[in-house]
Amino acid sequence: MDSSSLTQQFFQQLINGVSLGSIYALIALGYTMVYGIIRLINFAHGDIYMLGAYAGYFATTYFKMSFFPALIFSMVVAAIVGMLIERLAYRPLRGAPKIAILITAIGVSLLLEYGGIILVTPQPRTFPELFSTTTFNFMGMIVNSQQIVILGISLALMFILTYVVNKTKVGKAMRAVSFDTDAARLMGINVDRIISFTFAIGSSLAAAAGILVGIYYNSIDPLMGIMPGLKAFVAAVLGGIGVIPGAMVGGILLGVIEALVSGFLSSTFRDAAAFIILIVILLFKPSGLFGKNIREKV
Amino acid sequence: MRIKMKRDLSALVACIALYLLVMVLMETEVIGSYWQLNIVLICINIILAVSLNLITGFTGQFSIGHAGFMAVGAYMSAVFTVKLGMSFGAGILAGAGAAAILGFAIGLPTLRLQGDYLAIATLGLGEIIRITILNIPYVGGASGLMGIPRYTNFTWAFFAMIITVFFIKNFINSSHGRACISIRENEIAAEAMGVDTTKYKVIAFTIGAAFAGVAGGLFSHYFYIAHPASFTFMKSFDILTMVVLGGLGSISGSITAAILLTFISAALASYPEWRMVIYSLMLIILMIYRPQGLFGNKEIGLKIFSRILGGGQHGAAQNK
Repeated sequence: MDSSSLTQQFFQQLINGVSLGSIYALIALGYTMVYGIIRLINFAHGDIYMLGAYAGYFATTYFKMSFFPALIFSMVVAAIVGMLIERLAYRPLRGAPKIAILITAIGVSLLLEYGGIILVTPQPRTFPELFSTTTFNFMGMIVNSQQIVILGISLALMFILTYVVNKTKVGKAMRAVSFDTDAARLMGINVDRIISFTFAIGSSLAAAAGILVGIYYNSIDPLMGIMPGLKAFVAAVLGGIGVIPGAMVGGILLGVIEALVSGFLSSTFRDAAAFIILIVILLFKPSGLFGKNIREKV
Repeated sequence: MRIKMKRDLSALVACIALYLLVMVLMETEVIGSYWQLNIVLICINIILAVSLNLITGFTGQFSIGHAGFMAVGAYMSAVFTVKLGMSFGAGILAGAGAAAILGFAIGLPTLRLQGDYLAIATLGLGEIIRITILNIPYVGGASGLMGIPRYTNFTWAFFAMIITVFFIKNFINSSHGRACISIRENEIAAEAMGVDTTKYKVIAFTIGAAFAGVAGGLFSHYFYIAHPASFTFMKSFDILTMVVLGGLGSISGSITAAILLTFISAALASYPEWRMVIYSLMLIILMIYRPQGLFGNKEIGLKIFSRILGGGQHGAAQNK
């Protein structure tokens, strides 16, 4: 392999990595927001992404919706399910030991996965083609229209999220609750409602990621959320958990690293790469790339 | 001290009686081969649950990478018996040793992490172990290590289980075990009292890993095969469910839960997805209504049985 084709392959993997990474970023945002606000690793988040993909599948195949209505539909469905999960499983445990909440989150995740298998059968389904695929050849590198759509939609959603969090009243309340829950409550913020709202936003972003993945890989199944869910968590940790721009950068970075590993080393090591990054980050810079160092109080 | 020895001795006698009883039932074919398989599985699951309970329940270090150590034990023991032609006992010991070394090597850096970070890191490590094994052609790669002789029988599984339970029970009741419990209760206070928290966390982790390795060795020598797909983090969740259901910090709880859940999964063998749905609902409901598990951190032992059998007087006398 000469050097010019090597650079070409490098840039090709970079493109693949960015489009995969923007999906991780969308899921990671939900993790990071929920963690920022109630310090919970919501293991069920990856399964919300699966649920979003299925909602999109049913919307497009049975209700014959086109792409944008289906996207909105599945985001709304996921938001409702996210709020329900928070209300039924996590709210009764507010103030319980962390380990209890974490085990509940694992339980919810298993319930969605295997409940999903019972409801929609474990067979993978073919996601309908919503766009005609055009491939662009750009200086020897191949970019297809789906990758452009994925990147475009992800960036748009991230932009909207940043606007909501930074410029609106609800966003201000979210930041307040995340900074100091008790003080926020004293200031008259309805903390439970804000937490509910955070779950809704996070879940809808995951659902959007689910539809985009459906379009990209053409295939969805009830257990599809496990690995991307874990990896998105790695992305959130990489960027600094609780920090919204961190999740975006962490997601794209992770996607790129994975693409490079599978392109230049071996695709079987792709999954290990994410976990190795996780452990290295946790050991050497647990606050992540963008996080602030907070000392644990006695 | 003598009372303790006496209690241990009577427990041992009870165990041997149980062993003989099950053995007779098996020989006379009252227990068919399907249930024989489940009884061996129960023994293996008890080893896994009790060893994880030492890490998660008693020392309070939330680990979801237990299946990884089980995998190391399964493969290492199989390599010893199949590739090197050693005896089964040597294989089990090698499996336990390899898992212990790995547990030590992993535990030393990661146990600085706390709570959910530790959980996710151990989950990641378990997966890294599995993916690494998947990429070693020497042990069969993705198709698994096949042709393992079936050395595990009820006797091996039962006595490995008894040794595990006794070892961990005595460890907990020793001063080292008390140090571990103090870390669970309050790490900062334990450290202030002079407990070397890192040391005890790593000790608990290493012992837990070693016994997971034993369980892995028994597992692979019962099912003729060591396959990477048997040791995903779903297996770790299975073990965690047993520990949580029985009660974090209760050995008898773990034993009861392991028996119960093995029976449930045997009964639902033809509907595997329902099994997981029931597991997951159990976890959620348990955490909301009884977060301490069935037994909390209490133990039921022979004392209760003697109280039931020999009337209240005898039990009350022993209590004093």
